[in-house]
Formats: sequence, structure tokens, C-alpha cells
Amino acid sequence: MENKIIKEVVDKQYPYGFETKIESDTIAAGLNEDVIRMISARKNEPEFMLAWRLKAYQHWLTMTPPEWAHLHHEPIDYQNIIYYSAPKSVKDGPKSLDEVDPKLLETYNKLGIPLHEQGRLAGVAVDAVFDSISVATTFKAKLAEAGVIFCPFSEAVHKYPELIEKYLGTVVPYRDNYFAALNSAVFSDGSFVYIPKGVRCPMELSTYFRINEAKTGQFERTLIIADEGSYVSYLEGCTAPMRDENQLHAAVVELVAMDNAQIKYSTVQNWYPGDEEGRGGIYNFVTKRGQCRGVNSKISWTQIETGSAITWKYPSVILQGDNSIGEFYSVALTNNYQQADTGTKMIHIGKNTRSTIISKGISAGHGQNAYRGLVRMLPGAKNARNYTQCDSLLLSDTCGAHTFPYIEVKNPTAHVEHEASTSKIGEDQLFYCRQRGLKTEDAISMIVNGFCKQVFNELPMEFAVEAQKLLEVSLEGSVG
Amino acid sequence: MLEIRQLEVNIQDEKQTVKPILRGVNLQIQPGEVHVIMGPNGSGKSTLSNVLAGRDEYEITNGTVTLNGADLLAMNPEERAAHGVFLAFQYPTEIPGVNNMYFLRTALNSQRKLKNMPPLDAADFLALVKTKMKEVGLNESFLHRAVNEGFSGGEKKRNEVLQMLVLEPSFIILDETDSGLDIDALQMVARCVNSMRDGKRSFLVVTHYQRLLDYITPDVIHVMAEGKIQKSGDKSLALELEEKGYSWLKNGSVS
Repeated sequence: MENKIIKEVVDKQYPYGFETKIESDTIAAGLNEDVIRMISARKNEPEFMLAWRLKAYQHWLTMTPPEWAHLHHEPIDYQNIIYYSAPKSVKDGPKSLDEVDPKLLETYNKLGIPLHEQGRLAGVAVDAVFDSISVATTFKAKLAEAGVIFCPFSEAVHKYPELIEKYLGTVVPYRDNYFAALNSAVFSDGSFVYIPKGVRCPMELSTYFRINEAKTGQFERTLIIADEGSYVSYLEGCTAPMRDENQLHAAVVELVAMDNAQIKYSTVQNWYPGDEEGRGGIYNFVTKRGQCRGVNSKISWTQIETGSAITWKYPSVILQGDNSIGEFYSVALTNNYQQADTGTKMIHIGKNTRSTIISKGISAGHGQNAYRGLVRMLPGAKNARNYTQCDSLLLSDTCGAHTFPYIEVKNPTAHVEHEASTSKIGEDQLFYCRQRGLKTEDAISMIVNGFCKQVFNELPMEFAVEAQKLLEVSLEGSVG
Repeated sequence: MLEIRQLEVNIQDEKQTVKPILRGVNLQIQPGEVHVIMGPNGSGKSTLSNVLAGRDEYEITNGTVTLNGADLLAMNPEERAAHGVFLAFQYPTEIPGVNNMYFLRTALNSQRKLKNMPPLDAADFLALVKTKMKEVGLNESFLHRAVNEGFSGGEKKRNEVLQMLVLEPSFIILDETDSGLDIDALQMVARCVNSMRDGKRSFLVVTHYQRLLDYITPDVIHVMAEGKIQKSGDKSLALELEEKGYSWLKNGSVS
């Protein structure tokens, strides 16, 4: 029967399950002020950073984990997490790719990310974060020529402390939520991008993140500033090796767009989702937010979320500048026992601000997929517009799709539109494809890809191909 | 040659009640022949079409179906397609986001692969499909649209005929393809069917209306009622049905 075939298709094994044997510089599990001082000291951070981390930690102690999401998991023991781990072989910092641990590069090659070739061929600068430390950055020269800064966060803290101090925590304050506070206290590294006035970044900036050390929580922090009239497209891709324990991932991404600036941020998230029984997998609690500070600015989020046991993530845009634009395009797939509670917030402050939300949720196996979105039109948001479309596709009888739209309108001239649909992958569609000669798995993948097309269209070309492949792999084993 | 023997098929409804739909169908279609099946609603015509194409919501309790000697019932739908079975759907389904031409090319190459033939490249395919689109009266905008999405009823049927022309199947089932068509579209369907009649390819045409038969000359007409073929004959049978309806076939007057 279809069910069985669909299950076979969906149940393909996670192909990135290997572990690189690299000696790690790891501290004991647990969190206290000393751990935070140690992290800051190892990174030789200026005083303002340590002070900020400690304030965040103190605030975190007063908070409790959020329980409003449509997610079920055992409580996380935050004292059983290792908060700092860096690959030992790069302790002294590689000056170029040649100095990077060959084993590390091999890992990337297995993932299909040959740093040497692919970066160059694709014209992509890769800032690879391996566990917590950035190990290689390419294309620096070309970017420097344009005046673009693209470097590991820890480097930016030393080289551009005034920019960090000015912008860090201004979009996502450490008080924002439980996981943002935790990240602010313990974040180890991440990426920093600054595009100067009037510069169009000459290439797409790309970071591949990877969790490697067992039991290591990964806490990246990314800050992107697009100054007046600038443009940048940033790609973030993630894969992680197979492991049985749950691993916590609590990242923070802050985007700032000044007058007439544009930021396009694309993510393919493929962390280890756990096995068919729901054992293991990454807990992904991420805070992503952009602020359209300037007039006519634009921030666009595109995400393909196929991995992680739990995804808790709401890439948002604060539309402050008049005529600014916020976009959110999302595909979230949950298979087996994966759970996702994801969506966006569009906060309209300025006049004539516009936002678009396109969310595609796909549930298979016992997967649970929730869209949670807030559209808020504040009193000053004259003639603001929002269009929201959220569609769910169910591939089994045991999965679930949920929609939680919140709409608040405080300006009578603002318009909000919301469309939602839920459909089951059609026996009719499957039979139609098969009658024309397509194999079931090809038919499923074609139908699902068609369902996601609106979002894939927003991805940069090379990412779109990767996203489609990822969807195929993630679906292997899924309709009923 | 298609040969159906003593085919009995049940369907289970939502309340798990088993209902017999086909109660012993016998039918032989020789290469090159066009057979027409008529009959009242609920007589089992569409079920027969779907069972031949391999839809799996039916329970086959008895009988055999062979196509050129091969056991059709043992094959899954895609294998049947590769063996030349084509069903022009009564209600073609929409597949949002999937490009119409990408779909058709994937289908064609998937069938070619099953037949150990090399895939047709994009340029050759485009040339082929553009010619065929003219024949069915679809303009080139349909190259870029999603499969059947937002198509009118007539456009959907034209798209089915387009697929038939491109895939060049050897056994074609037209399941009420003429329903809802205007006279121009009806003539187009007939023209395409006639152009494909080559003495080898055979057709099973399910229809409610005699008017299609003004343009397609069938070899045999069958009347189906209550899950069985009740009567077979030549073209005059269709005219008789048009005049008298189906009620005269019931009441035990059927031989």
C-alpha cells in the first residue's frame, strides 16, 4: 500500500552521521559566573563584553524556560551542558586554509562542502564554525577591497569593539527571552558582518555551522549591520553528526538595516533530527530578529528547516523605518518524532511598512508542526500592510499541523490579510503521477517540492538545489 | 490485446461496508480496436477504468486482466504505464507548484527508463511538446503553468490529451474525456484519437454521450449496468441508447 512505500521513502538514514576525531579543549559541564569569566578570558575579551555577559547571566537566573510552545520534551539540565569547547588543533589560530586541521576539512568534504573548491567556484566566502571556534575564512581580500567586514565574532570583538558595543544586543536584548539570555551569557563565537554605506556586497556570504563535540551546547551569535544604501545576502547552512543524546543549540542572530539598506538572510537547517523512535537529536532554540531601522530598508528571512528534534524559532522583523519591508519565507518539515514550533513576528511601527509571510509546514510520521506568527500594527503604522499565507501538508495519519496566528491592529488604516490551508498529500495526486509512470518516491518528492516552490524561489540558486535534495532525503520514508 | 476475464471488484466505504462494484466483467480488445463503454451512473465504468490503471483502493476478488499476455494486475501503476497503459482522467488532479512541462518530461523519461531507452533531452522534448500543444489547442503559456492548476475543465481535458500524444501509450482509456467539452474541444479529442489509430494501438472509451461517436467510429459498443457488460453491439447500439435510455436494459430484458 501507499503507506508502506511512503514510509520507506521517508525513513532513509541521516547521511551525515559521522564524528570527527579531533582533540578538543573542553571545560567541565555546568554554568556559573566562573565559567562565564573563563569563556571571556579565553577569548581575551574587553571588559565591556564580560560585564554584558555577567548581566545576561544574572538576568537568566531570574527567568524560567518558556512553556507556551507546542513542544514536548524532558526538562533540559543546564548544569549538564558543556559551555565551551574549541578544536584543540586550531588553538593558535590558522592563518590560512593550509593551516586548518586536514581532518576538519575532510569533515566538510564529506558534507559536500569542499572549502577550497566550492567556496571559490561558487564565489562564496565561507566562515566555517566548527563547534565554537571559527577555523577558516576565505575571500577576505576581495571583501576587504569592498570595505565589507566578514569575520568571526570573537575577532570582531577585538578589531571593531566600537561597532560591537554600539550594536550588540540592540535588536535582541539579553532580557528578551530565556534562550537569548543564556546565549548572551555564554556565546562562544559566530559571525560578524558590516557592510559600509552604499556598498553592495560583491558575493553571497556563507557560514556553515557544525556541532561536533558530544554534549556540547552550541551558542553562536551573529550580528549583521547593513549601513545606509547597502545590500548583503547571507547564507547559513547547518549539518551535525549523529548522536544519541540531545544537544542544545541556542543561537542568536541580530540584523540591522539602516536607510535604504537590504539584508537577505537564508538558512538551511539540517541538524540531526533524532532516530525513528525519537531518540537523540538537536534541541534548536534560536532567536533571530532583524530591525529595519532606516527608511525604505528591507529584511528578508528565508528558512528551510528539516533537521533538529525540536525547532523553536521565530525570525522576526521590526519595521521601524517608514516604507520598510519585512519578509518571512519558511519551509519546516517534521518527520518521525520531530517537533517544530516556528513562525515569525512582524512588528509594524513606521508608516507604509509592508510585510509578507509565507509559511509551508510539512508533517510526516509522528511529526508535529506548528506555525506561530504575530503581526502587530502599532498606532503609528499608517497604511501598513501584511499578507500572511500559511499552508500545511500532512503525509501521514499520525502527524499533526497546528496554526497559531496572532494579529494586533492599533491603527485603523492598516491592512492585515491571513490565508491558511491544510491538506493531506492526495492519493489522487500520487495516483495521477504514478499512472504517468513516476515512481512513488519521485512522485512524493515532486508534490512536496511543488508545495514549497514559493519559498524555494526566494533562495539563492545554489541553496535552492541543496534545499530540494535535503527535502528528498528528509522525506525518505513518509506518506499515509 | 487486452483481455479481461470474470473480473470482480469490491470497494470498502468509510463505514467499512464492502460493496461489490464489478460483478464478473469479460472483455477482449484486439490491437487497433476502439471499444466504447456506456451505461448509467454507478454501473462500474469508472471503477473499471481505475482498476485497469492500477488504483489501489479497490479489492479485486476474482478474475484476470492481461495486456499482450502480461499479467496487468500484478503490476503497480507505474509499471502498467511503462507497459503502455494510459488513463485520461475524468477529473485530472491539480499539482500546485509543479511545472506542467517538467511533470510531463519527467513522466516521459521515467517511462523511457523503464523501457531501457535513453532520456529525451530538454531541447528535443520542447520541440516535441510544442508541436503537440498546437494539436490540442493549448498555447505556450501552459508550458510554464503548474500541472492543471487553475485550468478550466476544458483545458484540463486538453492537457490530458496532450499527455496522451506525448507519451504514445499503446492501450488508452478515456474516462469521460468528452464530458463538459464544447464542440470544438470534442472534435479536437476525436481528431487526436483518430490520428493515433494505427492498427495496433487500442482504446477503451467511457462515455455517456453518443455525440463523441459522430467523430470516432468505434468497433464495438458495450453497455454496462450493475457491474456487468449487459449488451454489446455496433454503432447502432449507441443510437438506440440515446433514444431509449438505459431503463429498457434492466427489468430482465437483457440477454
